[in-house]
Amino acid sequence: MTHPEASVATTAAAPALLRIQDLHKAFQTVEVLKGVDVTLARGDVVTIIGSSGSGKTTLLRCVNLLEEFQRGRIEIDGQAIGYREQGGRRVPCTGAEVARHRALTGMAFQQFNLFPHLTALRNVTLGLIKVRKLARDEAVAIAEKWLDRVGMLERRNHYPGQLSGGQQQRVAIARAVAMTPRLMLFDEVTSALDPELVNEVLSVVQGLAQDGMTMLLVTHEMRFAYEVSDRIIFMNQGRIEEEGPPADLFNQPKSLRLKEFLKTIKI
Amino acid sequence: MTDYPFLMELWAARGAILNGLGLTVAVSLLAIVLGSILGLFVGIGLTYGGGMVRFALRCYTELIRGTPVFVLILACFYILPVTGIQTTAFQAGLIGLLLFCGSHVGEIVRGALQAIPRGQSEAGKAIGLSFSQNFVYVLMPQALRQILPTWVNAATEIVKASTLLSVIGVTELLLATQQVISRTFIGMPFYLFAGAIYFAINFAIEQLGRYAERKVSLP
Repeated sequence: MTHPEASVATTAAAPALLRIQDLHKAFQTVEVLKGVDVTLARGDVVTIIGSSGSGKTTLLRCVNLLEEFQRGRIEIDGQAIGYREQGGRRVPCTGAEVARHRALTGMAFQQFNLFPHLTALRNVTLGLIKVRKLARDEAVAIAEKWLDRVGMLERRNHYPGQLSGGQQQRVAIARAVAMTPRLMLFDEVTSALDPELVNEVLSVVQGLAQDGMTMLLVTHEMRFAYEVSDRIIFMNQGRIEEEGPPADLFNQPKSLRLKEFLKTIKI
Repeated sequence: MTDYPFLMELWAARGAILNGLGLTVAVSLLAIVLGSILGLFVGIGLTYGGGMVRFALRCYTELIRGTPVFVLILACFYILPVTGIQTTAFQAGLIGLLLFCGSHVGEIVRGALQAIPRGQSEAGKAIGLSFSQNFVYVLMPQALRQILPTWVNAATEIVKASTLLSVIGVTELLLATQQVISRTFIGMPFYLFAGAIYFAINFAIEQLGRYAERKVSLP
């Protein structure tokens, strides 16, 4: 299910929604990202695959500024995030600027990270009220729309502790997309789920993709990645080893590493 | 009533004992409230502060927690005037108690904040909450639930420690009782009576704490 026009969009004049250039990230002395370039056009669905430790989650966390990065540049809609140039030097943005930058992206986490002291509904309205400064009624209306969308409207007054993993993850996705981010980041959203709960979450993600939401995903669900993505990025040891439409990457891998990686996993 | 000299004397001394009880409640309440506010800031500083801030706060909590409350109260009473700070006995005792309370609550708050999974603050950041919003709406409500049982415990410790103020001449419940005893020579019943009142105060605090815990417990 590839979209040929998507790859055209990334290279043509359409301004990139996300542009990552020469991203370097090290934890102390360990270099995790060694110069990564990624470009997403509006509506692109791109999945990053690779073995653990290849830097895929770190890349996602850098885009959401949950990690600092030492070199390179990340732009969303042409606006550099996290750092700015000041007198030829690279300076971290202030806390308020970083919070604004973070609001441009939404993130769904492997461990859901719902707020346990708030109901499903209030998990979603918190950001709408405190960050987007909406009135409570308006926030509730938006939250209910999204909870309905992920099939959780009936349980809007349940606390996370009363929900299954899959239900929690669906609420967490509603919480992120309700903020109308320009880009959604999905970090292994099904890895912590029991196998029978994986599909309910994947179908929510797939629905959002079909709606044209721009997404950057990290997943171990290769079949899902194959079906939902416009492009696959294979990362290896902090670099992008290979990139292209799913059919090409999965069926005709060029690099040895990718061939080896595909051999170790089931599709 | 003449057959019950204790009850007679208790009735006669009711004013003095009620005054003592009032002072005990006042000093305990003030120490708990002010000490908890102090402790909240200490806990926040210990968790999020820079190296120097953390070092200074660590010195404070270690020093206070390693010193008997009795010594602390005497120190406040005798040392503060030497440094030019003139206080009444009540104020000196209150300062001692609230410093004691603040160091304990500070450690409790630090422990609770650090026990919250990192993903919680990351999720708050991810939806664009600022540091203070994240703290107020995400972290603190979770920390408070953890703090509650230990905090109730600290509060009862303060009520018990308030008896030490009798030594520096604050006529709280214990000293008031002792003054009545020295006048009436009825020792045991009055001590038992005072003990029962302390027990009642702390029992009430603990019940209140349990009620609050039930109220805020999460499914």
